[in-house]
Amino acid sequence: MRNVVIVGYGMAGARLADEIRRRDPKAERVSLTVLGDESHPAYNRVLLSSVVAGSLTPEAVRLHDPDWAAKHHVDLRLGGTVTKIDRTRRVVHVDDTEVPYDALVLATGARSWVPPTPGLLDGNGALAPGAVAFRSLDDCARIVEKASPGTPVAVLGGGLLGLEAARGLAGRGCLVTVVHPVGHLMERQLDAGAGRVLATTLNGLGIEFRLGVLATKYVPGDGLELDDGTHVPADLVVVSAGVRAETGLAEQAGIEVDRGILVDDALRTSDPRVHAIGDCAQHVGTVSGLVQPAWEQAAVLADRLTGVAPAARYAGTTVVTRLKARDVDLAALGDVHVPVDSVDDEVLCFQDPARGRYAKLVLRDDKVTGAIVLGAPDAAAAITQLFDRGLPAPTDRLALLLGRALPAENEASPADLPAAAVVCRCNTVSKGQLVSAWRGGATTLSAIAEVTRASTGCGGCKDAVCGIVDWLAASQPQSA
Amino acid sequence: MTASASIDTHCPYCALQCAMSIDNGKVSPREFPTNRGGLCQKGWTSAELLTSPARLTTPLVRRDGELTPATWDEALDLVADKLGQLRQAHGPDSVGVFGGGGLTNEKSYLLGKFARVALGTSQIDYNGRFCMSSAAAAGMKAFGLDRGMPFPVTDLDRADAILLVGGNPAETMPPFVQHLKNAELIVIDPRRTPTAELATLHLQPAPGTDLALALGLLHTAVADGHLDREYLAERTTGFDDAWRIAATWWPERVERVTGVPVADQRAAVRILAEAANAYILTGRGTEQHASGADTVSAWINLALALGLPGTKYSGYGCLTGQGNGQGGREHGQKADQLPGYRKIDDPAAREHIMNVWGVDDLPGPGRSAYELLDALGQPDGPKALLVFGSNVIVSAPSSQHVADRLAALDLLVVCDLVLSETAAVADVVLPITQWAEESGTMTNLEGRILLRQVAVAAPEGVRSDLDVLRGLATRLGQPAERFPTDPETVFEELRLASKGGTADYSGVTYERLRQGEALHWPVVQESTPRNFLDRFAHPDGLARFIPVEHRGPVEMPDAEYPLQATTGRVLQHYQSGAQTRLVAELNRAEPEAYVEVHPDTATRAGLGNGAMAAVVSRRGRTVARVRCVPSMRIDVVFLPFHYAGDGRANLLTNPVLDPTSRMPEFKVCAVRLESV
Repeated sequence: MRNVVIVGYGMAGARLADEIRRRDPKAERVSLTVLGDESHPAYNRVLLSSVVAGSLTPEAVRLHDPDWAAKHHVDLRLGGTVTKIDRTRRVVHVDDTEVPYDALVLATGARSWVPPTPGLLDGNGALAPGAVAFRSLDDCARIVEKASPGTPVAVLGGGLLGLEAARGLAGRGCLVTVVHPVGHLMERQLDAGAGRVLATTLNGLGIEFRLGVLATKYVPGDGLELDDGTHVPADLVVVSAGVRAETGLAEQAGIEVDRGILVDDALRTSDPRVHAIGDCAQHVGTVSGLVQPAWEQAAVLADRLTGVAPAARYAGTTVVTRLKARDVDLAALGDVHVPVDSVDDEVLCFQDPARGRYAKLVLRDDKVTGAIVLGAPDAAAAITQLFDRGLPAPTDRLALLLGRALPAENEASPADLPAAAVVCRCNTVSKGQLVSAWRGGATTLSAIAEVTRASTGCGGCKDAVCGIVDWLAASQPQSA
Repeated sequence: MTASASIDTHCPYCALQCAMSIDNGKVSPREFPTNRGGLCQKGWTSAELLTSPARLTTPLVRRDGELTPATWDEALDLVADKLGQLRQAHGPDSVGVFGGGGLTNEKSYLLGKFARVALGTSQIDYNGRFCMSSAAAAGMKAFGLDRGMPFPVTDLDRADAILLVGGNPAETMPPFVQHLKNAELIVIDPRRTPTAELATLHLQPAPGTDLALALGLLHTAVADGHLDREYLAERTTGFDDAWRIAATWWPERVERVTGVPVADQRAAVRILAEAANAYILTGRGTEQHASGADTVSAWINLALALGLPGTKYSGYGCLTGQGNGQGGREHGQKADQLPGYRKIDDPAAREHIMNVWGVDDLPGPGRSAYELLDALGQPDGPKALLVFGSNVIVSAPSSQHVADRLAALDLLVVCDLVLSETAAVADVVLPITQWAEESGTMTNLEGRILLRQVAVAAPEGVRSDLDVLRGLATRLGQPAERFPTDPETVFEELRLASKGGTADYSGVTYERLRQGEALHWPVVQESTPRNFLDRFAHPDGLARFIPVEHRGPVEMPDAEYPLQATTGRVLQHYQSGAQTRLVAELNRAEPEAYVEVHPDTATRAGLGNGAMAAVVSRRGRTVARVRCVPSMRIDVVFLPFHYAGDGRANLLTNPVLDPTSRMPEFKVCAVRLESV
């Protein structure tokens, strides 16, 4: 039986273990060891913003129960530090012990990047008092502890995670200021117009912004000084300025590393016995930092390591960015940095900043290649479906951008209804039949029901039938 | 037609069993809690079949390739001889029986007894497998008991919110819609159906993604603080395991898989959670999948998280489809069941039934409906099939394959009132009585037992299914008294057989029903209008959360088959349409197979509104008229399944089965659209 060792018990490592055991539930093909450096069970990092917001408890975001490893024949070792990979002897060193492997998987994730703002780090290289990264469950506990209502909080970084943290903290009643070095928010995913509307929307939820400025100094207990000379008071600074892949172990072992650990379509590193998935891996130039690629990689690697599908290959992941923030609906996907007057593409743009709406849609050969949809929840969902499934966009582009077909005209008056229009669905009675019945002397609802059976099913058309009766009566010439 | 006085009865079609009266062969609606005096077009015209020229009045036997009239004795002798030979040569399992959810309780019961006692075969199942099996399996798991609606329909009138998943009652049981009017209605359906039009909120998931949506709504219920923790602690078990999976279905992920906007997911949960009285109801749309049982479990999990089941004026229920879809699954025509909703592999249940039947052995569980059809004429499969109340050539999935299997039989016997498509390929066709010509009980969608009494005289030459069973049983050497032909006598035996079972009818009598008592099972003495108010039916009294994971459609679109087809019903037709297609008024309204398509999709296929199109899947090709419907998803087409020949939607459908319920995946398969 082959020995598979996974270094890392985060979202990628835990998922890979699940996927392997789904294919090999009784441990007949693969014996599995998982090494995690945190002491608690794996948790769902995607939901950390919900923990900060207070909508989910730390317990609720656990990926596994404490008895998971025993139930699934997994040798789970928590709280140890992997110090070295010995590729010639095929062992990993965990503190003072050695763990042998036939196949090794690095799922070491990423760590927060701390900007070189003076004062942010203390003398030992740790974050100074009052400054907290936004990466782990422990970080969340520290944030929540300090985030009582009315507390001034600065968030360093106006990217996806920074904004999710900001929204959660504002929801707790904190006075939140986001400091972002670029001129608009989420510049990787949004164009300037969308960034502006997003800032307006978030501003309406109580979040302030300092855009295009750098923090020049952090003073614990006071706040941040900015390079435009202004000052942001903060009892808590949440650092969310990006992450760096955790590549140290690989590098030390002589495995090829760029921004992440380089892997091929089989998720092999430069040593074919060593694999990498998740935030630490770099596949065709991409270090994703998102959960979906990690999960797709885990499925492919499980196919290969268990021999269920030895030919399985990872072909990359189509990324859709979705801001997880209550009362803000934002989706961004594909290439959005295409000018509206592009010759090769069809670009549609709709802006309604006063109502927090912004939509940009980029199409090529009728298919969605990029989109930003803000404040139009239905459109976001529909466009994502078109993009993911490679479907041609509907010819009614306007309805697509707005998310719903335009509301129907006011209900037609009985006079305007065509004779063939079915008024009573339960009994397939048309307006024409109702008119004939009325002309035949059935001039009340009950009489007309008797003759045509209209309104005798669910009764939902009673008002419509009465409307037609009234209209017929009113249009009857007055007789002396 | 000799009846002169007006006789009270119930409609022959769906599970709402609308109350009506028959007077001189004319139908009129009757006040009753379920239909409140309403009838749809099917109900109003139901008497037409009583006098239809298409009615069979003589047995038919295939001679030289042609179905030709025969006497009852000729036909029954022929069938009994052949069955005897097959049994002798190949053993009792060489004969199969296929029942139906439209049969009365008495017929369902006696059919099961006939199969297991007179034929000694394990090979019996019925078309309810295609209908209620997923909801039934999930209900049993969660509550320990499966009664479609464990509360009277009229309780819905008090609801403040109702979530209806994959049901279209505005077409399938129109008078039922009256009970939805007081509530905020949320409808989940890939199509904008007439029912969705009535809704406050319509969620439109991609076909086959309901399970992900249900997991997502559970996630949102927790994240938005709507979990009923007190109820969870007191009345349920297993939440943590279910949550571990739902935790991975955060709303944005759910949106990407289902296409349902996050905002709508939140709104749906909020409406349900803020309602004082709320219900979750499921229909075939969410159940007829290879993951149907798990999907229903996911909806029940949501209901449990919100504290609905077993709470007065709140709950979970499924909308039963066929007329006796409820009773039909309780009395032993299902491969794994014995009367009283007992399990056939439970030694105590077998003992009880053997005592009632006076036999000393019973066969074990047999094949499920599609597996049974698939095995016909195969080396280890049945060589003869007796069909009662079903038109499998139209209603079973992958219907060309089913037709091929039927053709491989040594003997196909069909009991029907008209020459259905399945009867037309039979070796022997036996003409039987229909609803108004015979007595019997039906159990409606709320578990209420209804008595339908003879209202008109049957035409000369037809016999009841009970007569047929006795005729065959005695020819196979059974004592006649073991197979009574009087429905009330059969019912008296059913009472004993069901006594002590889950579906206990022992306290129900024809006399109580004639008095108009509202009897919802179980009835030992008193009626049980609402199950679970004090406890659920598991030994510990608790409801169970079932941990389930989304799997998605078995067949996803690809370059060759880029669209998804889903199937369903229209107002004017019932099931395979064998009956309703013979009613002129209904047929005028919906005369032929059609396919609903988004106008852009039609244009891309070179088709206009009203053109004839071929819809092609890996299993077959259906010809249908195009209806351009702008509210359709661009990648989905819809076909009603009521039509025969080339128009059979089930030529396309995927017969892959749910591992628990053995339900085929009727509701989603990959297709392409072509002009013809």
